[in-house]
Amino acid sequence: MKKIISMTVMNRPGVLNRITNLFSKRNYNIESISVGLTEQEGVSRITCVIHVESDREAEQITKQLNKQIDILKVTDISDQAIVARELALIKVLSTPQTRNELYALIEPFRAAVIDISKDSLVIQITGESEKIEAFIELIKPYGIKELARTGTTAFPRGTQKPVNTQKTYSIV
Amino acid sequence: MLQQAAITESKAKAKMVTGADLLLEALEKEKVEVIFGYPGGAVLPIYDKLYDSKILHVLPRHEQGGIHAAEGYARISGKPGVVIATSGPGATNIVTGLTDAMMDSLPLIVFTGQVPTNVIGSDAFQEADVLGITTPITKYNYQVRNIEDIPRIVKEAFYIASSGRPGPVLIDIPKDIAASVSKPPEEQEIKLPGYQPTVQPNYLQIKKLSEAVSRANKPVILAGAGVLLSKASNELKEYAEQQQLPVIHTLLGLGGFPADHKLFVGMAGMHGCYASNMGLSECDLLINIGARFDDRLTGNLQFFAPHATVAHIDIDPAEIGKNVQTAIPVVADAKEALKQLVKQNGKPPVHGEWLEQIHKWQEEYPYYYGESAALKPQKVMEMLYEKTTGDAIVVTDVGQHQMWAAQYYQFNQANRWVTSGGLGTMGFGLPASIGAQLADPDRCVVAVLGDGGFQMSTQELTVIKELNLPVKIAIFNNLSLGMVRQWQEIFYDKRYSHSKIPIQPSFVKLAEAYGIKGYEINTAEEAEVILEEVLSNREPVLLDIRIDPHENVYPMIAPGKGLHEMVGVKP
Ligand SMILES: Cc1ncc(C[n+]2csc(CCOP(=O)(O)OP(=O)(O)O)c2C)c(N)n1
Ligand SMILES: [Mg+2]
Repeated sequence: MKKIISMTVMNRPGVLNRITNLFSKRNYNIESISVGLTEQEGVSRITCVIHVESDREAEQITKQLNKQIDILKVTDISDQAIVARELALIKVLSTPQTRNELYALIEPFRAAVIDISKDSLVIQITGESEKIEAFIELIKPYGIKELARTGTTAFPRGTQKPVNTQKTYSIV
Repeated sequence: MLQQAAITESKAKAKMVTGADLLLEALEKEKVEVIFGYPGGAVLPIYDKLYDSKILHVLPRHEQGGIHAAEGYARISGKPGVVIATSGPGATNIVTGLTDAMMDSLPLIVFTGQVPTNVIGSDAFQEADVLGITTPITKYNYQVRNIEDIPRIVKEAFYIASSGRPGPVLIDIPKDIAASVSKPPEEQEIKLPGYQPTVQPNYLQIKKLSEAVSRANKPVILAGAGVLLSKASNELKEYAEQQQLPVIHTLLGLGGFPADHKLFVGMAGMHGCYASNMGLSECDLLINIGARFDDRLTGNLQFFAPHATVAHIDIDPAEIGKNVQTAIPVVADAKEALKQLVKQNGKPPVHGEWLEQIHKWQEEYPYYYGESAALKPQKVMEMLYEKTTGDAIVVTDVGQHQMWAAQYYQFNQANRWVTSGGLGTMGFGLPASIGAQLADPDRCVVAVLGDGGFQMSTQELTVIKELNLPVKIAIFNNLSLGMVRQWQEIFYDKRYSHSKIPIQPSFVKLAEAYGIKGYEINTAEEAEVILEEVLSNREPVLLDIRIDPHENVYPMIAPGKGLHEMVGVKP
């Protein structure tokens, strides 16, 4: 199963290395990892999407991460109401014949064309990973030349629903 | 005015300090008594200051020996062992020791020299990516970037190494920073917002555990090295006596609970005793205190403690539930948790039959060994126990002799047992005995070694001579890498691939070459006489004890088997 782990870390040299090291040492699978600054000086947020066999394994990962001295806080936010976003840039082949079709696909996904050349388009899309995956599947037949995804970044929503409600998905 | 300024300026000048000064000052502040170090280019500025220092500096003959000595020192003194190594090869030579200390939770402060800041990353002479190499094998590591940070970093390092679950902390110091000059820096506070070990147990969990004990019919305590690290032996005894709980030890936990106590069951695990392994297999409540359910202890997890409710007291929350599902987790220092448990003063369990059962197992299936013309190692170990009245510090290497020491030397007090458990590092024993003797200078230290492991650290004999340490080196010589030979005998059809080492130097002459007295022992009678003599003086000695080369360690649990599937329980 997929889990999203969100953590705040001290922005010290080697901190990312410590985290990736831990993942490889403990034989954990990372799907994506994204890092960036936060509102607090000297503190960064790292969001990892991981694959685990069980909740127990996810708990182990969280505990091992928590043990790291440079990590301030670790939360498994998979079961919380969260906002999670990823950005992807996709360079897709386009001919005058297919261009309109592509635009028709882009529109409902609220993606944007950010570069056009003679035979290709660069599309930017943001959203939850599932949405991006769905979009990539649709675009694939046209011929993807290059693809770059940032990995998910996420945090909990301002308001949390009572515990046993369903996980919320946002549409966009 | 002008004059005033000139005076303050000259005062400031007079008080200028180097990075190396700050380092040694910080070590003095931490009351460091001994440094195990080896010089080299990148640490020359530090060594120049050490020339005038009051701290004892011990020069091992290999950096790996230095760090193992520091581990022995840390294990016995309870204080961090301090190590210095130079950059590049000096630093890579301590990698095994760091891993060993990390596995066995030993506090170490390790300084490595580094090439000057301006050439870091250029593959300079004797440059190695020490931070990169040691990140997974240290509790934390630093590279000093500013001279002013040295006092704070050292303070933090000592705090991290010795608090929570102890472990090694490495500080990498570029040569230019050790040599650079600065005004004495202002005092900086420790800055570790992400590090707050939980020491006090949660009250509700303690209560839950206490109630589970009252309800249990077949309770046992499994005590690990956490009990020793938190200096909780007295509390453990008090609690076990209050509730009449039988106590089983892990290999590393030996000495946490007195072996001559009627509630003591024995060591569990791959070469543990029948009563302990059956106790774990049949118990209905398992209280783990400061052990990490290592696979050599649990055997196949599928069959481990199948009927038990598991409670686990550990200062490291990540150990709880890692290998064994735990119903009652208690994140705390063992001493604090045990104090709280004693205070609960719960109703003791009704478990007379269980205690009887355990005693029956103990009586029916004790460790045993056969008789033969050849000298039996177990016999020698029993003699060592008797002749040291059980009060020696026993330091071992890794292999069969280590297991015989764990089985046949009875540890009745804490801090008498030094062994490499988690990593199982051959070459550990001899240098670790040096550190142990320095930590407890008046006590008899016996280094129980194999002929293989001794040859991995032979060079440290010089240090024993140099410091005239009265270490009793007992080589259990079976002319083989015995533990490997045993596995090949049992699992590989007696195909003894590269495990027999009959061509050896004369260990007695070797000892003499180092200026240490040596004896060869071939029979029980010789052992009797020679042990009597050498254990009563304060001289270093080396004993080449020629034991039965066919002897195996039993009982044994084969890999993949459960604790209840011991073989070699009875003759
Ligand atoms: C550094 C290292 N290399 C290899 C091993 C694997 N190993 C474990 S026990 C052993 C044999 C040790 O032989 P010896 O020191 O003579 O002790 P004995 O088992 O004979 O008592 C070996 C090779 C190890 N534990 N450590
Ligand atoms: Mg041997």
